[in-house]
Amino acid sequence: MDLTKEHILTLLEEVKDPEIPVLSLVDLGVITGVEVSEDDHVTVNMTPTFAGCPAMDYMKKDVERTLEKHGIANYTVNMTFDKPWDSNKLSEKGRQHLKEFGLAPPPKYDLILDLDILEHVKCPYCDSENTDLRTPFGPTLCRSMHYCNNCKQMFEQFKPL
Amino acid sequence: MNELAIKDLLYKLADDQLILGHRNSEWTGFGPILEEDIAFSSMAQDKIGHSLAFYTLLQELGEADPDTVAFTRNANQFHNSQLVELPNGEYDFSLIRHFLYDNAEIIRFEMLSQSSYEPIAKVATKLKGEVKYHVLHANTWIKNLGSSTEEAILRLQSSLNEALPYALGMFEKSKYEQELVDTGVYAGEEAVKAEWLKRISAVIEKTDLKLPDLATIEPKFGGRYGEHTEHLQPLLDEMAEVFKIDPTAEW
Repeated sequence: MDLTKEHILTLLEEVKDPEIPVLSLVDLGVITGVEVSEDDHVTVNMTPTFAGCPAMDYMKKDVERTLEKHGIANYTVNMTFDKPWDSNKLSEKGRQHLKEFGLAPPPKYDLILDLDILEHVKCPYCDSENTDLRTPFGPTLCRSMHYCNNCKQMFEQFKPL
Repeated sequence: MNELAIKDLLYKLADDQLILGHRNSEWTGFGPILEEDIAFSSMAQDKIGHSLAFYTLLQELGEADPDTVAFTRNANQFHNSQLVELPNGEYDFSLIRHFLYDNAEIIRFEMLSQSSYEPIAKVATKLKGEVKYHVLHANTWIKNLGSSTEEAILRLQSSLNEALPYALGMFEKSKYEQELVDTGVYAGEEAVKAEWLKRISAVIEKTDLKLPDLATIEPKFGGRYGEHTEHLQPLLDEMAEVFKIDPTAEW
């Protein structure tokens, strides 16, 4: 088997966020590094989206299971804060998948959070910006709740962080 | 670098968050409106996650694993400020405590993200982004309710007066304070408190609430050295109740 960083990243495309099954961990931006040593030892570094996210442990095990499924027995998966996650790390493909799933993708921003970027989030159903923030806390730590005044529906946003 | 000083700092950071996280979780199912129920429950989950990040750093320095540290110590071994262990009271008290606490917490994280002790700097850099949502939540409600009805203003003012001596207790200095400041690990409680006062004053000025002269208030110290109110031990007993049935259980 040809063990390269690119190959491992392709395998990891299979691993999805358990709560947003359209989104791969690679597109989510939580895979922060893949290394293959000369003796074919694979190291995958991951970082949590939110420190209190209960799905992170599950995702780590899922990465390990996927490596094993593809015959890679010599591996280490680390969870660290070395390269902390922020929502700008979501890929363009990931953003598109989120929108199709009915979750407004987070805006790309300068990492200075204020109310302005939480108000008037674009509705993932009708693309209207005539929306209101209802609460910055939603059904999971990474989602906020909004209401669209145009299509009169509640929707969720993957929060900017 | 003095490992005892670092451990002391990590314990106070972690314990504050574990205990306030537990208090926040007590709002689950009891919030005054559904959104607030979810908000306090989400902040509980965040805070317990944040405490885990700091307990993990302690484990790397040779302390016991996070579950053991969280669930098997007695009240006099906890380093949290007394502010976070006080019962939730009514919603106005929980909201005021949340406002006073999280405005200090974010400053700690901002300053610690510059720490010369790299493991703390990395964790703080990550967590300060999450705590922004807590501060935003607290400040929005204090601004809205603090300039709304007479009852809301009276209740918040009374809770503010009651919570302030405990809030000042958050800034109790460590016995390693000067060393932490000198080595660039931590900017120190005086620096955090000065910035905190600026930020909470800026919010309170936009409301009908009055911030009393802090010089006239005696801070409730002791928490950082294991002296607690009668409310902490019952909280710990409840938190560890399931764990203690079978400490070796696999979860």
